[in-house]
Amino acid sequence: MMRLIAFLLLLAVPVLGVWTFVTAADNNWWFPPAYSTFAPDIDWLFDFIMYMVAFTFVVTEVALAWFVLKYSAKRHDKGVFTHGSHKLEMIWTAIPAVALLVIAFTQMETFANIKFASGFPTQGRFTREKPIAQVWASQFDWRVRYPGDDGVLGTVDDLEAAYEFVVPVNEDVVFELRSRDVIHSWFVPEFRLKQDALPGHTIPVWFNATKEGSYDLVCAELCGWGHYKMSGRVRVVSAQEFEAYQADLKAKWFSNGKE
Amino acid sequence: MNPVSTPAAPVVTHHSTGLQPGEGAPGTMREHHDHHELGFLRKYVFSVDHKIIGLQFLFSGLVFLVLGGLMAMAIRYQLAWPWKPMPGLSWMFPATGGAITPEFYTMLFTMHGTIMIFFVIIPLLTGAFGNFLIPLMIGAPDMAFPKLNMFGYWAMWPAFVLILMGFFVEGGHAAGGWTSYPPLSTIESAAPGSLSGQTYWLMSLTWVGVSSMMGAVNYVTTIVKMRAPGMTMMRMPLSVWGLMIAAFLQLFALPVLTAASIMQLLDRVIDTGFFTPTNLIVNNLTPDSFAHGMPAAAAGGQPLLWQHLFWFYSHPAVYILVVPAMGFTSDILAVHARKPIFGYKPMVYSMAAIAGLGFIVWGHHMFTSGMNPALGMSFMVATIMIALPSAIKVFNWLGTLWGGRIRLNSPMLFAIGFVSMFIIGGLSGIWMAATPVDIYIHDTYIVVAHFHYVVFAGSMFAIFSAIYHWYPKMFGRVMNETLGKIHFVGTFIFTNCTFYMMHQLGVAGLMRRTADPYAYDVYAHLQPLNEFITLSAFCMFAWQIFFVVNFFHSLFWGYRVGRNPWEANSLEWDAPSPPGHGNFDAPLLVHRGPYEYSSPEVAEDYLPQTRTV
Ligand code: HEM
Ligand SMILES: [Cu+2]
Repeated sequence: MMRLIAFLLLLAVPVLGVWTFVTAADNNWWFPPAYSTFAPDIDWLFDFIMYMVAFTFVVTEVALAWFVLKYSAKRHDKGVFTHGSHKLEMIWTAIPAVALLVIAFTQMETFANIKFASGFPTQGRFTREKPIAQVWASQFDWRVRYPGDDGVLGTVDDLEAAYEFVVPVNEDVVFELRSRDVIHSWFVPEFRLKQDALPGHTIPVWFNATKEGSYDLVCAELCGWGHYKMSGRVRVVSAQEFEAYQADLKAKWFSNGKE
Repeated sequence: MNPVSTPAAPVVTHHSTGLQPGEGAPGTMREHHDHHELGFLRKYVFSVDHKIIGLQFLFSGLVFLVLGGLMAMAIRYQLAWPWKPMPGLSWMFPATGGAITPEFYTMLFTMHGTIMIFFVIIPLLTGAFGNFLIPLMIGAPDMAFPKLNMFGYWAMWPAFVLILMGFFVEGGHAAGGWTSYPPLSTIESAAPGSLSGQTYWLMSLTWVGVSSMMGAVNYVTTIVKMRAPGMTMMRMPLSVWGLMIAAFLQLFALPVLTAASIMQLLDRVIDTGFFTPTNLIVNNLTPDSFAHGMPAAAAGGQPLLWQHLFWFYSHPAVYILVVPAMGFTSDILAVHARKPIFGYKPMVYSMAAIAGLGFIVWGHHMFTSGMNPALGMSFMVATIMIALPSAIKVFNWLGTLWGGRIRLNSPMLFAIGFVSMFIIGGLSGIWMAATPVDIYIHDTYIVVAHFHYVVFAGSMFAIFSAIYHWYPKMFGRVMNETLGKIHFVGTFIFTNCTFYMMHQLGVAGLMRRTADPYAYDVYAHLQPLNEFITLSAFCMFAWQIFFVVNFFHSLFWGYRVGRNPWEANSLEWDAPSPPGHGNFDAPLLVHRGPYEYSSPEVAEDYLPQTRTV
């Protein structure tokens, strides 16, 4: 009786486990839409690992359930007397080793694309060379500083906005991420992009948003009691709208009597 | 009663449990040579006997398990029904009528993690079972340094007191996460828990470190120097290997955590600024803590330094949380499958490889931290490769079950449960090790699912299994099988319902440590799934009543058993149940490894390490 129950329980793990993943998209338990140039790459890598993992998962879990059902103490002879097999050990060391190395090496290009490119924004890689803005995190809000007409941050014509970060669509956008107080993390699920804001550091980050719209900007690193409500928005607009937005901001900012 | 030369008489075994009827009264040891009665205090409180110390760790660990578990329930309540008053708890939060406040929520998950790791799993694995099993399994009368061992337990008491006191200080307990990243944890105005709760947290953990260090020195020395004649290293049960490897991890990694905690403590009390960057503005002020005299512009510290130091310890520490559990599982699987462990040497080497690699992968917790991305690449490769020894272990466990004569009793069920769920936890590690994927899933519920699969579904299941398995040796009685099986079935189902679905939350991008995620558009649709998880978690918690009742009931009314109720081979089963002071009542001579089950050499399906053939 226990044997049957244990078998069914153990078998339910791979069956329901795979079922959960297969139906996840329909149940809305899956990725939010992918709206940056590298988001599909990340999703692809996730799926690539998923297929390899799913294979191992199903094989090992089914074997486990099967052995529990099959090799019962009810048999009155003795168990198989073996201390192992050198050959099997070689096989199940070598094959996973190769698979794991393949996984490791397929990751590198995407990672380099996301991480290194923003470190060297002046190499002609980007449609916009200069940082489009500086994004400041602090307990518990987001602020954005645009460089203004001269395109240089830290000058008197800088423009500031709170809560919403506006960027042009289909352009490589570099921004500088900074924190005023504790560690925060800039996370937009649709872009698949997360980067901690580290006090004392200025971290260049880039992305290229592929669809106009307004997205949740989430703080993904615990930053205090108000962490849960440290929300912002990233609004992706056309190039013209972006220029209009900047002009608007400038008008508002200077009529408010700055300087 | 000389277990060395008594050929085991053919016994009638109850097949589904493998239990033998009692063979003689337990505690034959009582009339052991030069035995002098100790007073109650010396015997049960300030004891130097490794078995009593092990039980002390066991009981305090289980008490903290209840506390940590209650906190988890409160966390889950908030995630399913944010800001709704908790029934019956209005006395705790009069201001909100029983609803959790955001400050309290941050404290809850911080202390839940801290307690579960430092006060439950580590003390249970290394403190309770390390102490109880090591001398018995290698055939030693006690630990190498019994007094040090006693201090090791009593060093936990300042830690207990400090960690509990922290709940009652102004601002509440530490609330910067179990990872305590500065400056959140070091600047007083950054979080209520950083007022003084964090100071208690740091002092408490330093004491835990002192205790672990004393234990680790003792375990390694005992294993190296005190093995019974014939007990070569390669004849040791894998539990002993696991415990020794964990002790080495403690020895090499703990000093770094201790140093880092003291640096953080100094940052907090005398503004040394190790981790405080220049020119912070917290709450529109330069931090209050600089009132001690150091200007904010001179802080000159690095928050990333803490992360490196913390994870340099805490990554190896996650293996301290699992390597002994792997050892117990290996032993328990072999005993109850009546088969030699498959690939003993690969099992030893893979544990050692996990420990060795464990020292060079800490950066995988920092892929999005702002650390040099080139470092991320190398940490990724090392991390992905650590899945290899884990995989080897899984294959060998399956090999052990293959062709066995499996007795599905409670210890075996939990050990099999461990294998089933460790597979899940190990495999999800691969996604997170993949740097580009981790950019997305870091700090989401996938991470939460991953480490609960390895630590709760893995290590905690191994601990349950070990309790069922060694209970007869500890108390001379077995736990009730029916209750044990009921306990397993419910716990296994609800554990999977609770933690498996967290992968889905993580794929949807839900971040951890968020008191009320539904305010965001992207997460609003996840509330029903969170309700399901919470209900499963409540059921799982409630289900543990079967274990509690069984544990205490069996202490007094459990079925009495003799020395070797499971027909097992390793040395602890040569000692009386429970063993008296000095453990063994006859000299031991070890002839073989501990896994000779179903050997053709003898008629029975087991062959104890001490038996001459
Ligand atoms: C198969 C081998 C494993 C791999 C490849 C692996 C990989 C990882 C990675 C990459 C992370 C960081 C994820 C992130 O924060 O984004 C992580 C987190 C974690 N892992 Fe593992 N892991 C493995 C096994 C284990 C084991 C055996 C344990 C413990 C018993 C464990 C416990 C943890 C814990 C506690 C965390 C979360 C720490 C925190 O952020 O609070 N892992 N793992
Ligand atoms: Cu780690």
